[in-house]
Amino acid sequence: MNNSPYFLKPASVQSVMLRVLVALLPGIAAYVWFFGAAILVQIVLASVTALAAEAVMLRLRDKPVMLFLSDGSALVTAWLIALTFPSIAPWWLTVLGTLLAIVVAKHLYGGLGQNPFNPAMVAFALMIVAYPLLMSQWPKVDATDFAGQWEAIFGSRQILDAMTMATPLDALRTVLRDPEQRAMIGGILGSKATFGNVGGRGWEWIATGYFLGGLYLLQQRIITWHMPTAFLATLFVVSGAFALYEPDRFAGPGFQLFTGGAMLAAFFIVTDPVSGATTPRGKLIFAAGVALLTWIIRTFGAYPDGIAFAVLLMNIATPLIDMYTQPPVFGHKDKRGDSP
Amino acid sequence: MLEAILVMAFGALVLGAALGYAAVRFRVEGDPLVEKIDAILPQTQCGQCGFPGCKPYAQAIAKGEAEINQCPPGGEEGIHKLADLLGREFKSLSAEHGIEKPKSVAVIDEQVCIGCTLCIQACPVDAIVGAAKQMHTVVAPLCTGCELCLPPCPVDCISMQSTGESVENWKWKYPVVKINPAQREST
Amino acid sequence: MSALQRLFKFHGGVKPAYNKEASTGLPIAVAPTPTLLVIPLHQSIGGMPRPLVKAGERVLKGQRIGGADGNASSAVHASTSGAVVAVEMRLMPHTSGLSALCVVIEPDGRDEWIARQPFDFRKASPTQTRDYLRDAGVVGLGGAVFPTHLKLNPGKHGKLDTLVLNGAECEPFITCDDVLMRERAETILKGAIIMREMLSARQVLIGIEDNKPEAIAAMEIAAQAANQAAGDLAMQVVSVPTRYPAGGAKQLIRVLTGIEVPHGKRSTDYGVQCFNVGTAYAVYEAIALGQPLISRIVTVAGNVGQARNYEALFGTPMRDLVALCDPLPDSDRVIMGGPMMGLLMPGDEVPVVKATNCVLVGSRKLFPPPPPEMPCIRCGECAKACPADLQPFEMYWFSRAKIFGKAQEYKLFDCIECGCCAYVCPSHIPLVDYYRFAKSEIWAREVDKEAADIARERYEFRLLREEREKQEKAAKLAAKTAAGREKAAAAIAEAAKPAATPEDDTKKALIAAALERAKAQKEQVHPGNVSNLTPEQEAEVTAIEARRAEIREMAKPHLRQDD
Repeated sequence: MNNSPYFLKPASVQSVMLRVLVALLPGIAAYVWFFGAAILVQIVLASVTALAAEAVMLRLRDKPVMLFLSDGSALVTAWLIALTFPSIAPWWLTVLGTLLAIVVAKHLYGGLGQNPFNPAMVAFALMIVAYPLLMSQWPKVDATDFAGQWEAIFGSRQILDAMTMATPLDALRTVLRDPEQRAMIGGILGSKATFGNVGGRGWEWIATGYFLGGLYLLQQRIITWHMPTAFLATLFVVSGAFALYEPDRFAGPGFQLFTGGAMLAAFFIVTDPVSGATTPRGKLIFAAGVALLTWIIRTFGAYPDGIAFAVLLMNIATPLIDMYTQPPVFGHKDKRGDSP
Repeated sequence: MLEAILVMAFGALVLGAALGYAAVRFRVEGDPLVEKIDAILPQTQCGQCGFPGCKPYAQAIAKGEAEINQCPPGGEEGIHKLADLLGREFKSLSAEHGIEKPKSVAVIDEQVCIGCTLCIQACPVDAIVGAAKQMHTVVAPLCTGCELCLPPCPVDCISMQSTGESVENWKWKYPVVKINPAQREST
Repeated sequence: MSALQRLFKFHGGVKPAYNKEASTGLPIAVAPTPTLLVIPLHQSIGGMPRPLVKAGERVLKGQRIGGADGNASSAVHASTSGAVVAVEMRLMPHTSGLSALCVVIEPDGRDEWIARQPFDFRKASPTQTRDYLRDAGVVGLGGAVFPTHLKLNPGKHGKLDTLVLNGAECEPFITCDDVLMRERAETILKGAIIMREMLSARQVLIGIEDNKPEAIAAMEIAAQAANQAAGDLAMQVVSVPTRYPAGGAKQLIRVLTGIEVPHGKRSTDYGVQCFNVGTAYAVYEAIALGQPLISRIVTVAGNVGQARNYEALFGTPMRDLVALCDPLPDSDRVIMGGPMMGLLMPGDEVPVVKATNCVLVGSRKLFPPPPPEMPCIRCGECAKACPADLQPFEMYWFSRAKIFGKAQEYKLFDCIECGCCAYVCPSHIPLVDYYRFAKSEIWAREVDKEAADIARERYEFRLLREEREKQEKAAKLAAKTAAGREKAAAAIAEAAKPAATPEDDTKKALIAAALERAKAQKEQVHPGNVSNLTPEQEAEVTAIEARRAEIREMAKPHLRQDD
């Protein structure tokens, strides 16, 4: 018979993970609205792969398969992978990325709760290094022809050009690379066709969806305010400062916050408790670090979006951050020493 | 050429002086390794390791003259600690030196004791009190359970009694993780 | 009054279902005297009291049967008059299921008190009063059973700012303090007045969780009366927000005064001391009525038809109390204390002791076994709930891996084992079990280390002494030899062997004689266990005898050498 406490709060890892999935729904809805149902195909692909890989790995590691499979953690990883990969990426790219995330980044490190790196970000980083071209073929906004997208995912990729388009971040990068166009960055960013109102047509609405989901997670007390606030504030301040200093060279904070994976990262990726910092101050430092690195990579790096690399770099620093930000314990808060 | 030699010589002098200073300034009294090993050993002073006490055994380990698995009272845990400290491979307890037993203390059967003082002389920690022709008794809290008093007793009146578990020294057990894959799959 | 009081907050805490109404419906009842009282001698923190009675003796109600072992201990008394049946090992109300020394009393039904005399603490010195309370067996009745006399010391400043009376009672199901305050508020405050005087405290704050309006009302009336009588406003009843564990002494002190008393520090050094309301009641009974602590209010609740509070004699089997409350048929366990911190009892025959604030009857339905333990996902819920501002998941990590040093670095010993972390854990990890395990391992290691240090010291001292003796012997021998040489100059023939040999012989003869005697004695002492043996056993005995002889042979050189 167990020892006290005999009362337990009705909470479970499963319910936490399920609510995270629910919180992703508004963003996914916006995704489907602007870029077609391909993303749903990717989500199914990633989910099935993740669950299968998880089941095999649990069996190999001699863990109770059903118990751990139903915790939902593999699904969260799978959905994040699907949402960060291009929605018209070939099926094997998603499958391979998911396998890497579950088998290598999660189970080889000891499974749920033991992985030092965010599995979804490991998948993204490895895939963008291995297949840079495929990982940057994003669907055209408003091109929601499902048959074509299906063909792109499972069939030949002949018709691709017609349906792909540079993401706002790619477009920005191209402009930044070309000295002649650079001076016109303000004007280009103003073009609504690509860049929408703030962060790219379509993308800004997906980001809004993620933001709403994030508010739900905050309301449910699954995440604390520290990480999203620190992430968004840092990105805002840094990009804002540089945009003020040289608006022709640097995109403004509105664009930075509402494009790419910024919102997804703020509420769903940096907030991963396993691989991130856990103390209140540590969370602030961790998320701010991710935001700063993201901005640096976006602005000066070789890859269009830097969130994956930023998260992985900060994951490395997590133990150190936690160690140096331990909150004072009851009765030990007085800096002058414990004696009165 | 000469210049190079001079520079090197000067460098050697400076470094040598620094090292010499450090050797004096940060001098470590005694052999810290022996102290550390001795701190891990249980101080039973039983001699089962083949050395006359824990300290000599510690010295022998430090010199590399003894294996780390010769201390039965320290048990597997002690060997693990020694292996960690010395960066050596763990070895299970060597059988020729004895087996790990639960902690016990010597008890003198006072009915039988003849007061010969032989056990008093054998006790490495002076935990037996008594005098010639007076009955002897073991001061239980001081007894290390080394069993060295058993062989000299001419009347075999000393026995080892396990200290056992009491409400005072009872320990909470390591929580049992109830995830048994085989069982769970079948349910 | 309470509106004036500024309240502070403690971090974390949880709000479990309180389940308190069931046992507050009926007034306190006196539990009947059982047919046999089993009174454990060790009922408080500190040294184990020495038994003062023997089997066959008659004892009176309130007679001391266990004397305090040193000052950090507390006496134990007979709960009623009767005959001591035995002083023996009996099952303790302790999760371990181990036994300890108990005095078993068969009540004679006369309930005859010892001569009771009030103790005039105003005339006595503080030390005398503390000794009196120690011998009256007064200990903290909140559940921690820390000897009260040790806490009734104003400390280095000689006076205190605040005396806190703890009536918060935050554990679910438990209502013994609640009903005590409702029914005996005046007596509690009389005890508080004694404590206040002993501690020279400026004010008395009585903290009660706001889910006990009746208790608050009763205590407020009593406090007003006490203040009027004293002509000051020293007594204040403060309603504190209901949040577990607001009744933790440190948490309540924090809520009422804002002071955080660190682990291992005396709260008096911070100008504050905290007692349970039941303790104040016991202090009054001991000092004003001369009655030692022999009973307490016990809540019987949980899986029972009619939960209620009983005034039970120490030594009453828990089973008897449970039987008074119509336990439901599916009851499968008895817990001492509440569901958050209570201890699982090894059986329902264990006695009520000073720490028994509640006898909680459990069942699989009421307290279902926890879902399977999942890995920690570092979600930080536990850290959010921890009232000691700890990082429970880090402590868990290191406790599980048995890296105890690291667990201590994360301040494992500041953990009060309140169970909030395990309560909120979405992975259903029995976190508190890991902390209990780590704490008891660390304690055991500390004890072992201390023993090893003593052994080392004694061994080294022995070596030193042997060395010294050798030198002294050598010096003596040298002196003797020198003397011998001088003699040798006179008479050359006899020099080498002085009177040692004959002395040696007599000694040996003495030992041999004693040996013979012992052998004879031994044969007389142990004849029982060598009769009726099977041939195998006989063979074994012979083998053992042979081995013994061998050992004796081996021991002989010792004999000679040491002579």
